Amino acid sequence: MRMKTFSGGLHPPDSKEFTATRAIEDCPLPEELVVPLSQHIGAPATACVQAGDRVRKGQVIGEAGGFVSVPVHAPTSGEVVAVEPRPHPSGRALPAVVIRADGEDAWDEPMPLLDPAAATVDELRGRIRDAGIVGMGGATFPTHVKLSPPPEKPIDTLILNGVECEPYLTADHRLMLEESERILDGIAILQKILGVERTFLGIEANKPDAIERMASLGADRSIEVVPLEVKYPQGAEKQLISAIAGREVPSGGLPMDVGVVVQNVGTCAAIADAVLRGRPLIERIATVAGAAVKQPKNLRIRIGMSLRHLVEACGGTLAEPAKIIMGGPMMGMAQLSLDVPATRGTSGLLLFTAEQVLKRPEGPCIRCARCVQACPARILPTSIAAYARLEMMDEAEALGALDCIECGCCSYSCPAALPLVQSIRHAKAAITARRRKG
Amino acid sequence: MSSPVYLSSSPHIASGASTEQIMRQVIFALLPACAVAVYLFGLPALATLLICTLGCVAFEVACQKLMKRPLTIQDGSAALTGILLAMNLPPSSPWWMSLFGAFVAIVIAKQVYGGLGCNPFNPALVARVVLLISFPVQMTSWTRPAPLGSAIDAVTTATPLGRAKEAVMLHGALPADLQAGFLGYFLGDSGGSLGEVSAFALLLGAGYLLRKKVITWHVPVAYLGTVVLLSGAFWLVDPGRYPDPVFHLLTGGLMLGAFFMATDMVTTPVTSRGMLVFGAGCGLLTVLIRLFGGYPEGVSFAILLMNAATPLIDRYLKPKKFGLVTEKG
Repeated sequence: MRMKTFSGGLHPPDSKEFTATRAIEDCPLPEELVVPLSQHIGAPATACVQAGDRVRKGQVIGEAGGFVSVPVHAPTSGEVVAVEPRPHPSGRALPAVVIRADGEDAWDEPMPLLDPAAATVDELRGRIRDAGIVGMGGATFPTHVKLSPPPEKPIDTLILNGVECEPYLTADHRLMLEESERILDGIAILQKILGVERTFLGIEANKPDAIERMASLGADRSIEVVPLEVKYPQGAEKQLISAIAGREVPSGGLPMDVGVVVQNVGTCAAIADAVLRGRPLIERIATVAGAAVKQPKNLRIRIGMSLRHLVEACGGTLAEPAKIIMGGPMMGMAQLSLDVPATRGTSGLLLFTAEQVLKRPEGPCIRCARCVQACPARILPTSIAAYARLEMMDEAEALGALDCIECGCCSYSCPAALPLVQSIRHAKAAITARRRKG
Repeated sequence: MSSPVYLSSSPHIASGASTEQIMRQVIFALLPACAVAVYLFGLPALATLLICTLGCVAFEVACQKLMKRPLTIQDGSAALTGILLAMNLPPSSPWWMSLFGAFVAIVIAKQVYGGLGCNPFNPALVARVVLLISFPVQMTSWTRPAPLGSAIDAVTTATPLGRAKEAVMLHGALPADLQAGFLGYFLGDSGGSLGEVSAFALLLGAGYLLRKKVITWHVPVAYLGTVVLLSGAFWLVDPGRYPDPVFHLLTGGLMLGAFFMATDMVTTPVTSRGMLVFGAGCGLLTVLIRLFGGYPEGVSFAILLMNAATPLIDRYLKPKKFGLVTEKG
């Protein structure tokens, strides 16, 4: 049988063998954690503690700065030593709360536990917001917003994203194997909030153990596990909906426009903790890998641990890392140093050696059409990139530059090593900036 | 950190495919046809291959030196153009004609436009057509195949398509024995250009290109399919005057054109639908020229004409972007 998938895409070597069979390990606590107040798409949180304050694990240290915003919590107990701008994975210095851990790791009073069957939908959504939950697949969009569709957009389908199509990353894979109950509890809460008719869990076929486990557990909870073709970017929200539900999210639209909400499996686990255990989002699973890492691992990390600390927990480096990537190799962000904190969106940390770093000279486009064939948004990457490089943004926009999902398939496949997606990103930024100006 | 870290925007990995690799794979795919040509036509064929290839590379270097552009012969595109040009010439081509062809292909049809990726027309085909018009006698004097080792010296002959055209023009009917030698046409036992005599060798190479995903099926299938359908329709109407589709498939430059010239990436559309239209257009023009034109063969003209239409096809046949198709599951 042909497995479900979307049109376009490609299959980079998945490089998951280094960590796919490694059980999740707790990363030891460092002496100091730097917790950014900006860890989600939307307004950053505002600090509500100051230097000298003592905080307990799970205590709110930053309050939500608007509807599309969530609070930030202390990842461990200790003393606030500074509230000041610190280097952030985005490349800028952004406000952060610096906590010196006291080593006791003592919990604050948990939020009152909620019984999903008895609680109202508003209570559940409020809890998800208060617990600081954001999309943990990497997009970090506040989850309560996604769970508040307007009444004119009825939702009939919930899709859980266990695809993890980025090479190297195995955090969601291990989570599904080792902590499936947390995920299932979270799914039940989501089902209640959305009142959906059908629930699907999409998993790439390269994780047969996870498919088997989730399918056997999900069967009596009306969760259909859908094995998906191993293809990047299978985990992109719109591509996943197309593969599983056969619906295309309209250009410029959102999943709710076709009656679907997509949630990452890591997010489900965090939702379960928030509702059933009263615990905010202060930790996550992340894969640390790449040829420069001594012992690649899946780690349970606290938000605010420095990348350097994560590497040390993996036995340090084998070689001086030539490239530091937060996230996966296809869409992750290169970092200037290891001295930035992990955030809620940190699904992985990759250290590449000099040999792994791409250094290819650019050549002329020979119109080989590989980018066109690979583009899951079905636009013309080579033409848009060419216009973008000529600063002809009207033409780039007319060709659908804004529909680009920035998956990088075009650049990955280009034999002339042209920075196609990079040029299209430039075009998107220019076009949206111009729109904002009006 | 002591050594610098690289910063760049994602993706941080790449497929490893390169332009050089693509060119190399196409050259590999042409090797069976080259070998058959040298086997059938001997040293003159080898000489034509070498003069064209070395000529193209030399003209590319000369051009880039003169224009003070970086040298790019290592990308293999000039060598490939040379081989394709040789494939399009009679085995007995005089050396000066091969060299002139190389000049036209590289200087006039490629470098003048800006080099690799910028030429609107397939350089090897431009050169072939220029030679065909400039030196009609030399371009249509064909050698009968004489496998290496056989004692026969070069004997001139006509190509099957040439014989068919002549007979239809003179007598209004095809020669009676025309359809007899299909196996020969398939393996290469007929007069013709270096690269058009053996459909078998070309198909071997084409299979390799498809397997390696250097080319997709769209252009060849649309091209050959259109030729079969259209020539089949004429054949059904009057089999005495119009050759059957198999004859069309196996003779002339059709296989070479469909798999190696009409699939030239630079000069053909980038979308799948565009490739289908392009291939169908090539097929239509090829049959019309073969049956009704002044030349016995129409592949080169057909492909060049469709090259001219490529920008138009690309402009009007964009892929339907994601989110404009409504499907409900």
